[in-house]
Amino acid sequence: MELKNPVMTASGTFGYGTEYADLIDLADLGGIIVKGTTLHPREGNAYPRMAETAQGMLNCVGLQNKGVDYFCKHIYPVIKDYDTNIIVNVSGSSIEDYVECARRIDELEQIPAIELNISCPNVKQGGMAFGVTTQGAASVVKAVREVYHKPLIVKLSPNVTNISDIALAAEDSGADALSLINTLMGMAIDIERRCPKLSICTGGLSGPAVKPVAVRCVWQVAKAVKVPVIGLGGISSVEDAIEFFMAGASAIQIGTANFIDPTISVKVAKGIGKWLDDHKYKDINEIVGAVI
Amino acid sequence: MKVAANERFSESLFCLKLTCEEALPEMRPGQFVEVRVDGSEKVFLRRPISIHFVDRQRNELWLLIQMVGEGTRQLSQLRPGDTVNVLMPLGNGFSPVGKEGERVLLVGGGVGIAPLLEYGKYLKENGAQPVFLLGAKSENGFVELPLFEQYGPVYLTTEDGSRGERGFVTQHSILSREQFDRISVCGPGPMMKAVGRFALKGNIPCEVSLENRMACGLGACLCCVEQTVRGNVCVCQEGPVFDINDLSPL
Repeated sequence: MELKNPVMTASGTFGYGTEYADLIDLADLGGIIVKGTTLHPREGNAYPRMAETAQGMLNCVGLQNKGVDYFCKHIYPVIKDYDTNIIVNVSGSSIEDYVECARRIDELEQIPAIELNISCPNVKQGGMAFGVTTQGAASVVKAVREVYHKPLIVKLSPNVTNISDIALAAEDSGADALSLINTLMGMAIDIERRCPKLSICTGGLSGPAVKPVAVRCVWQVAKAVKVPVIGLGGISSVEDAIEFFMAGASAIQIGTANFIDPTISVKVAKGIGKWLDDHKYKDINEIVGAVI
Repeated sequence: MKVAANERFSESLFCLKLTCEEALPEMRPGQFVEVRVDGSEKVFLRRPISIHFVDRQRNELWLLIQMVGEGTRQLSQLRPGDTVNVLMPLGNGFSPVGKEGERVLLVGGGVGIAPLLEYGKYLKENGAQPVFLLGAKSENGFVELPLFEQYGPVYLTTEDGSRGERGFVTQHSILSREQFDRISVCGPGPMMKAVGRFALKGNIPCEVSLENRMACGLGACLCCVEQTVRGNVCVCQEGPVFDINDLSPL
């Protein structure tokens, strides 16, 4: 899989791309990671699902989606011809679910890769449970690897003691690339009402507030593995993106910043080249992993 | 967009009048915009604000805003000449005119009166007869009443009886005196539920405009969902206006 530029939009922040098609030219993106897709339809968690925090937000959407069959039948035909890489984020509550979902997406010719989500903090079963132990990560990646024949990206959770160990387990089990970080588990309380701000109490923190954690994770993982690392977590400017490249990411995703400025991903994609020119770099590879 | 005026009505209510060089886009009554709050340490997300009025002659978009937190407080500080980044128009909007001369009751409570002015204008201009029923805690909760009166009769209730009939909108005598073809309502949750129950009882079609907390405003983040007969749907995209029969039982 080739990216025309190293900027993609992060799963869960960009819908299926169609939501943003009136606002930007999707062809200006390196790729779109579409909303987390599961084998069976999911209603997600109850409202309220979001709380604004300092330089960020908590969400507990809980993988609301209409299931992989609906995706294949109704969404894929609409988005397959977008002139960018459409990557499907695959999630599940059991290994069998992940495998079956990945197998069905494998049949879609114009989906060049999947991103295996073993790091969603907002579902009771599965999700992050697979991403917080080396055995869990290895078992699900191995099983999906057997049925999925195209590039397999594995999305890692920062809610672990040693993210490099999980990364190595995913790499050893057949991941072609790693994307990180998913959201950091957090919580916020409405002190007037004496209750949590989110319906399920906890949620995933994203936005600029998590960026230093994300840069650290990318740096640790990039040092440990040989496969490409895709960095994400709080990126909202060209300079943020450059930081991730220097930490070892060879591509990036933009997530929560899309909510503040729907055109930000294209701005960053176009701005990276200019930044490199201004700093007299001929190729982005001159800065990838610069601080490792 | 550029701030043309920022009119303060009370301690917590103000109206931002925004303009821009190009002509304002087509907007339907009941749609909303997302305003970015720049230069704030604490405010991160855009603020969804309903379209209060579109002044085509002056090319102005009016936003009636109640200060409820830091974001709206920051917006209240904007001065003429300041610029704000606005994503618009968003959402579905109120129903179009159904039949010539239909009587539509527009019920608003608190800052929920905001989208009803533009809707009342649209209804009047398109051959319907809007009737406004507005509720507030006390008389200083009402703003711009002469503007509403341009488009239809205005009936008022206040909780303290300082203006109009005392009590809640659902207790106003107009509801038992007159007949309406349909009802549109925007206001606090309990008020919308009460109006919804009234409508169901009288078998009157009724739509409500919701204001769930949002992030993207585009249907991408799935944060602002409302439970409906079709499952959880985004208020920003499939709403903010819903037929009460589509929502969970009242």
